[in-house]
Amino acid sequence: MPPKAFAHRRAGSPQEAGQWDRRHVLATDLRAVGGRAYPRVTAMARDRSHIVFELGMPFLTTTAFVYVYRALQAPQQYVGFVVLGGAMTAFWLNVVWSMVAQLHWERDQGNLELYFTTPIDIMSILLGMALGGLVLSASRAFVIVVVASVLFGVSFAVTDWALLGGVFLLTLAAMYGLGMVLSSVFLMWGREAWHLSQMLIEPVYFVSGLNFPVGRLGLIGAVAIATIPLAVGLDAMRQLAFAGAQSFGTPPPSIEALILLVMTVVFLGIARFTLRTFERLARQEGRLTMRWQ
Amino acid sequence: MSATTTPAAIETRSIRRVYKSKPQDVVALHGVDLDVAPGEFFGLLGPNGAGKTTLIKILTTLLLPTAGTAHVFGFDVVDETKQIRRIMNMVTGGEQSGYGMLQVREQLWMFSQFYGLGAREGWRRVDELVDAVGLTDQRRQKVSTLSTGQRQKLNFARGLLNDPWIFFLDEPTLGLDVAAARAVRELVLEWKAAVQGRTVLLTTHYMAEADELCERIAIVDHGRILAIGSPTELKHRVQAESIFRLELDRLDSGAGAVARLPGVVSATTASGDGEGAGDERQTVELNIVLRDDGALGEVVSALGGLGSHILGLRKSEPTLEDVFVELVGRGFEENGLEAGSGSQADKRQGASAATATQPEAADRDEVA
Repeated sequence: MPPKAFAHRRAGSPQEAGQWDRRHVLATDLRAVGGRAYPRVTAMARDRSHIVFELGMPFLTTTAFVYVYRALQAPQQYVGFVVLGGAMTAFWLNVVWSMVAQLHWERDQGNLELYFTTPIDIMSILLGMALGGLVLSASRAFVIVVVASVLFGVSFAVTDWALLGGVFLLTLAAMYGLGMVLSSVFLMWGREAWHLSQMLIEPVYFVSGLNFPVGRLGLIGAVAIATIPLAVGLDAMRQLAFAGAQSFGTPPPSIEALILLVMTVVFLGIARFTLRTFERLARQEGRLTMRWQ
Repeated sequence: MSATTTPAAIETRSIRRVYKSKPQDVVALHGVDLDVAPGEFFGLLGPNGAGKTTLIKILTTLLLPTAGTAHVFGFDVVDETKQIRRIMNMVTGGEQSGYGMLQVREQLWMFSQFYGLGAREGWRRVDELVDAVGLTDQRRQKVSTLSTGQRQKLNFARGLLNDPWIFFLDEPTLGLDVAAARAVRELVLEWKAAVQGRTVLLTTHYMAEADELCERIAIVDHGRILAIGSPTELKHRVQAESIFRLELDRLDSGAGAVARLPGVVSATTASGDGEGAGDERQTVELNIVLRDDGALGEVVSALGGLGSHILGLRKSEPTLEDVFVELVGRGFEENGLEAGSGSQADKRQGASAATATQPEAADRDEVA
């Protein structure tokens, strides 16, 4: 008697089984998002060391900048800028490490090959990675904002909660959209992926004005606002959350929200195109299956 | 759909694959033509670097052919990848996929979601498969702590999550010890017997494995298919005659009487001792070469007429290695990797590298 699991299940023919309607395709892609998010969330629950590395250490970095500004007797709003910057760092690092470089690691482990043999859109995998990582990043951001605000007496003067929430979500959407674009590049690049990841951290921190108003960078800041979601999102949130932050020469939050919306659409569109294009190129060159190269 | 319109499970025509390489490109497949019928258990047998894995990667949509066409159940491997991915699954030897910090059940559930099983349905299917492959006791164990054999059972369960119409097994017993390899082979046979009509394409360089599992085999070398047929047919190619060894209690007339029988090519005798402690019985070993198996009945009848009793009968079979040697003039072990894609070598290297770096992989799992 064969095991129940081996019993013939599917009716019809393979030709019929190969044809899915749109609803079936969409449902499978959505389930794949949840499936890929699962290990991320589980890892967070099982590995307590993240409390030290993901919460404790970044908090120390933020604290250091707070003391620098205090020593310089900078306006109190700068402390708030640092706290907000520290919180948003979590999401950017998540994009860089858990999305951009992840496909490279997935290929090393043999997962990428398997993902491509499943019937899902690879964007589902990336979205699952993003959502799973968001849980961890959100906890880090929350701790930094709450604890630092209490410890350092940061006072928020939110003028428009709805717009602030919208800008926050659009910033995440645009950042993760950019992450998807960069992930596709990793399908073609091998070891270079690691170096690109490194390159995306500190320079982006700088031009995004993570610990200072990006408007102070002049032309560089303007370019950053036009191209880097973290820069424009952070600036918009600062303007919406702190009194007097509007005076640094950057566009108003409503315009920046629009920029973020455009970025989201453009990045997701580019990501879809590049993932398909690079998948085909990778199949052509055998890069989906070549491990340990 | 009627049987006459059902497309072949696999159909390749003039498939060619060239890998860009320095100092010169490597041709992994030289215009391969292959037809596998639905429901068939088909094997690709060849040494490392023969092109087996390259072909399987093309059929599983991971690699594009440089030239030629390939279809899986009528779906084109170049342009209808999604359709193929919905009806197939694949398990490779030395596979280290998934995330080490997940439990066995969790890992399978994650993969079940990639095939569109509902959350609850996924867990149910996972539990059934965990039991079916014999991992019930390990179901809540972390994947990183499984033995190599258990790991391959897990991979096998993963491969069955979507109840594939066509199952690609790429060296599935690579790196397993004898017992684990046997367990995996038994699972494959059990599944195949339970799901009539499903197709399996197995690549292997273990001849006994191909002989045991496959209904038909293609012998591959240097990117070319050298011969296709059932194991019996292939062996028959190198040995047109049938050879039997009979143990008789006596043969007073000598081998000459047997040699004169119709269908007998030759007959020779050798004396032997009876088996068993204290058994001093003398036996006669009769070696006969027949034009075909059908002549054996005549021989057996004739021996009875000559007053001989048959104590033992054994047919001497050529092996698939004999077939390979006959076809290419050398054995598997003499084959270098220089002419192939290198993919098998890569995989072996990969398998060992993965084992050696398992703790590192487990570390990475923490940021999975």
